[in-house]
Amino acid sequence: MPHIAVHSVDYAILIVYFGFVLGIGWALKRYMKTSTDFFLTGRSMPAWVSGLAFISANLGAQEVIGMGASGAKYGIATSHFYWVGAIPAMVFVGVFMMPFYYGSRARSVPEYLKLRYDEKTRGLNAISFAVMTIFSSGISLYAMGLLLETLLGWSFSFSVLISAVIVLCYTFLGGLTSAIYNEVLQFFLIVMGFLPLVALGLKDAGGWSGLQERLHLVATARGFAPDAFSRSWAYLGSASSNPLGVEWFGMVMGLGFVLSFGYWCTDFLVVQSALASHNMSAARRTPLIAAVPKMFFPFLVILPGMIAIALTQQSGQTGFALPVKPDGTLNYDMTIPMMLGHYFPSGMLGIGLAALMASFMSGMAGNVTAFNTVWTYDIYQAYIRRHERDEHYLWVGRMTTIFGIAASIMAAYLATQFNNIMDMLQLVFAFVNAPLFATFLLGMFWKRSTGHGAFTGLLSGTAAAALHHGLTLPAHAVVGIKGGWLGGLFGILHHYPSEMAQNFWTAIYAWTTCFLVTLLVSLATRPRPERELVGLVYSLTERPSEEHLPWYMRPAVLGVIVLSMTLVLNIIFW
Amino acid sequence: MGLDIRLPIGLLFAALGLILLGYGAFSDPAIYQRSLGINVNLGWGAVMTVFGITMFLFGKRR
Repeated sequence: MPHIAVHSVDYAILIVYFGFVLGIGWALKRYMKTSTDFFLTGRSMPAWVSGLAFISANLGAQEVIGMGASGAKYGIATSHFYWVGAIPAMVFVGVFMMPFYYGSRARSVPEYLKLRYDEKTRGLNAISFAVMTIFSSGISLYAMGLLLETLLGWSFSFSVLISAVIVLCYTFLGGLTSAIYNEVLQFFLIVMGFLPLVALGLKDAGGWSGLQERLHLVATARGFAPDAFSRSWAYLGSASSNPLGVEWFGMVMGLGFVLSFGYWCTDFLVVQSALASHNMSAARRTPLIAAVPKMFFPFLVILPGMIAIALTQQSGQTGFALPVKPDGTLNYDMTIPMMLGHYFPSGMLGIGLAALMASFMSGMAGNVTAFNTVWTYDIYQAYIRRHERDEHYLWVGRMTTIFGIAASIMAAYLATQFNNIMDMLQLVFAFVNAPLFATFLLGMFWKRSTGHGAFTGLLSGTAAAALHHGLTLPAHAVVGIKGGWLGGLFGILHHYPSEMAQNFWTAIYAWTTCFLVTLLVSLATRPRPERELVGLVYSLTERPSEEHLPWYMRPAVLGVIVLSMTLVLNIIFW
Repeated sequence: MGLDIRLPIGLLFAALGLILLGYGAFSDPAIYQRSLGINVNLGWGAVMTVFGITMFLFGKRR
């Protein structure tokens, strides 16, 4: 694939952007006086800042590159990852769960588990989360290095090291505040960098109606109904009639409930932004404010993918074609970068590249700050050095930032050597994450649930996920990393129409197992006294007062507005 | 936390917008064939500059 030519004006734009990112870290350095300042911003953020940081921490490589690729692969049905797989969970965490996270004064999600359940449940969550964030950060770094090497011809090591050092500098100097401020800046840059791309691509494809006509050719060439790429719900009746290869129940329960609520409601990577808010009301509004741009992101990242596949289908006329991998399949991961190179002249190309790098860096910074908080508070302070002065934990936080970045770089290089190991690690993380929401749901809304129940529930849920994966296989897949690895012992019990369907159902089995085991073990063990659960469980906690707030600042009202807007979008693209 | 985030955001976008405006005003029109003949540097540079100045002024005001 020929490299995209980058001119001096593009480099100037990248240098100005990097200068501002580092400048923010430098300007915030003098405000970092206590560990609370460093790890939790001194709980000083207004809702709009923490809201945009909440969404931006999730705008990593997987979001921009991955969703662009999915747009090309599956069409508008990819929007389910937003309108079903994100917004309802974001409303739920803001309206129902944030009072417990913020009100309990927990400094992290694992610490909430300690307050609600016990030490072993916190330890299990903290250790698995810490390992997971480092590998996620490393995989993101690896993807960026590979992308810039393919796209621009930059050396892999140069791309990885320069990005890692910039993230290290600003998170080391300004902690979570610096990460949040830069995430807000990166949010605007990502929007500004990709909006003209959508406008130019849509104009080139002949507007929305022209794009739909071109997508009819794509859909029929793949054996689907002509409008299968431009309608999100119409063909979910059976897995074989839609590009996702899933049916509606698996999608709604697996993606819309288990995976979505498991991520948005329990992952400290995103929850940390809300915990940085200046009061309870702002913390509750954080995910609700984030939900508004989130629901429109499909038009920014999925639409370019749909345009790319439509233009590729008629590449003889359009002059645009996605690159082909050695095995003859299209390289969907190059969708957004190829679109940038195709439509942006020098100047705008610099903005597009800065937006691309911003998405990688905001995701990585979120991972690193979440890692250093969980490591310092939930592992180091809990198990290694319990009663030290605050300055000591501030120092540990800074050193952990350096360690986290170094470990991410090592993980990125590990991925270059052992790609399958990274695939396997991500699979194990999926097994660990899938049951998590059941633990939190029972913990927050059932005062009878116990620490023994939560711990055995989590382990059973993870085991159920592994068992289900080992006994099932997606269509056209070979036994191994894709599943079926227990087939030699028990035979393959079920073949799924697609890998996505298998993932959704693995999550459903894991969540259900965790829920039932937690329930049964809790009933057989002694619960904590009710006085210890005040502020941690719904039925024992006073509702936050909202009477003094204007209607547009009340979480319940905002939640209804956000859900109504999402419903309208689902109906428009039904 | 002392620093109003709208100030650096405003400054950054004003700076990037001005770079695009300057480049768009003096660059060879032939480079805009790929952007369907539209001088996107000039147009989007103006949008970014206005956005940056507005953001900066909001940050100064409160």
